[in-house]
Amino acid sequence: MALLELRNVSKSYGVGSSKVEVLDNINLSVEEGEFLAIVGFSGSGKTTLINMINGLDFPDSGEVLLHGKPITGPGPDRGVIFQNYSLLPWLSVYKNVKLSVDEVFPKLSSKEKDAHIRKYVEMVNLSHAIDKMPSELSGGMRQRVSVARALAMNPEVLLMDEPLSALDALTRGTLQEEIVKIWSQDKKTAILITNDVDEGIIMADRIIPLTPGPKATLGPEFQVNFDRPRDVTEINKDPNYKKLRNNVLEYLIEVGATRRQVSDQKYILPDLKPVMPGRVVFGKRKKKEKVKYF
Amino acid sequence: MKTKSIKTLKFLGLGFLEPLIRMFSGEEPKKNASVFIKKTLFPIASMGLFLIIWHSGATALYNKEANERIEKARVEQGEEAAIAMEECIKSGDISCQPNTLPSPAQVYAAYKTLWNDHIEISDKKDKFAQKTAKTNAKRAEKGLSPIEYTGRPSFLDQIGTSLKTIAAGVLLAIFIAIPIGIIIGLSDVLRNSMNWLIQILKPVSPVVWLLLVFMIVKTLITDPDLDKSFIISAISVGLCAMWATLINTSVGVSTVDKDFINVSKVLKLSIGQNIFKIVLPASFPLIFTGLRITVSVAWMVLIAIELLAQSPGLGSFVWEEFQNGANDSNAKIIVAMFVIGIIGFLLDRIMLSVQNFMTFNKA
Repeated sequence: MALLELRNVSKSYGVGSSKVEVLDNINLSVEEGEFLAIVGFSGSGKTTLINMINGLDFPDSGEVLLHGKPITGPGPDRGVIFQNYSLLPWLSVYKNVKLSVDEVFPKLSSKEKDAHIRKYVEMVNLSHAIDKMPSELSGGMRQRVSVARALAMNPEVLLMDEPLSALDALTRGTLQEEIVKIWSQDKKTAILITNDVDEGIIMADRIIPLTPGPKATLGPEFQVNFDRPRDVTEINKDPNYKKLRNNVLEYLIEVGATRRQVSDQKYILPDLKPVMPGRVVFGKRKKKEKVKYF
Repeated sequence: MKTKSIKTLKFLGLGFLEPLIRMFSGEEPKKNASVFIKKTLFPIASMGLFLIIWHSGATALYNKEANERIEKARVEQGEEAAIAMEECIKSGDISCQPNTLPSPAQVYAAYKTLWNDHIEISDKKDKFAQKTAKTNAKRAEKGLSPIEYTGRPSFLDQIGTSLKTIAAGVLLAIFIAIPIGIIIGLSDVLRNSMNWLIQILKPVSPVVWLLLVFMIVKTLITDPDLDKSFIISAISVGLCAMWATLINTSVGVSTVDKDFINVSKVLKLSIGQNIFKIVLPASFPLIFTGLRITVSVAWMVLIAIELLAQSPGLGSFVWEEFQNGANDSNAKIIVAMFVIGIIGFLLDRIMLSVQNFMTFNKA
């Protein structure tokens, strides 16, 4: 049985004429230990989808099942890495991680907790900054704290909502590698939501495109069969990589294009003749005659 | 060492001394000297200018009233009385001094008088305490309350009483406003149902609060040993000043960043933990801004309430001096004015430091 399953999930916001159907007929099953990437344009409902999995939002119809049971709300069994880090700015790195450890492992002694926290902060290479405040960290470091906080809860499923989209390309590359490295240590189930096809190929086992909204739905899945650990430079040379990348991109662009054609709104253009600039002068005035005083 | 001392100074609100420290540690002496002059010497010069304007204004008013007195004597009693009045004024006799805005020198003299008066009174108190020490010990054995000094309070005692009253009032405001603010901040229904009450009560004048509190306290407290006027003024100060904190707390609590709420939801924090670990820290900046306003309003209101309630303190000191009409009363009032201003400024500074200390840097 699949660990996580979405059956005929639909979601819309608003009522009446302002109703927007964001997601329509989403079917997805995620196996244990799998790294799945969902790729889509911005605004296609990726965050809505992940919010329904982590329990912050609920589907209008259909069901979201974890271990075959419907999800009733958020819980520490699904660790979330938010797009904008969501660190508590009044707590240090250590205490931010401690907050989740306190919640999930209330029975541990304080020594065990301390060791647990330090282990996960070490895992994201932030031991040197463990007592710093979030405002003293760079964007990449903050996202690493967020990763450590999610991992320290020891979740069954790790949900990542565009975790790296706010970072520069170089930091993004290193963090991609780090997240995959950490994931490969204990092979937790991971769902990555991203708008970057390359990111999906480098990190995931399986890529599923999300068609552009409204009424977004999942497209055909693409298997990523590169051996782990993956080396970005080597993958770049692989002809399969280009093929796969082009397939995903072509699919996304194709649905994007058909989506545009579906639009039945007609624009009636005014019947105007183009005029060469410079020929017509608006509000032409008569030249004032110079008054000669002398 | 240098950066540390600069940090401490800035924390204490003495940041204007920073260039001086940098200058003496040999860091860009020329630039820092000019910064120091701009930041420190110019304000001092403006103080001097203020004193000059004050002095000349006071002199002008003094001369005007002196001339009026002489003129009045001439009209009513003739030339001889006028000359006598002029000489009387020149001689500095207390009986005929013009009673107007005192000059800086007079205010300084009044300040000295008040200070000497304080030393004298505290001397008396010490002697009284020595005298009654034995009797009090005996009374304590018998379970009786000790005999206390009941003489006239000095100016410094009045300041102390005022500070005690404002502390009690602000504490009361904190204990009422912050819990209520949190509760109504968390619930939209409660906030909407309480809003009319808050909006109506907020602009009510301190005088009316005082009367209302008086009505209630008078009936509730019948024990003659309790200091009723102190209780009344503390409660009135608290009620007048708590609104800023109440509103800021409820706004702060109701507008906590959605990201933080999501974190709390994902971690499944309980209600208590949600409030103490997420909601309160997130709204600390607004709460402490509210508290700072509360303290400054409380200090302003306190003087007026003491003046009205005849409870001891700076307000009643000012009022008594005004009623007293002695020669240096006006000067004493001005001294009190400066003291009130400086204490208000210091309270604000303290609250600012507390605010800086308690709130996080926005990431």
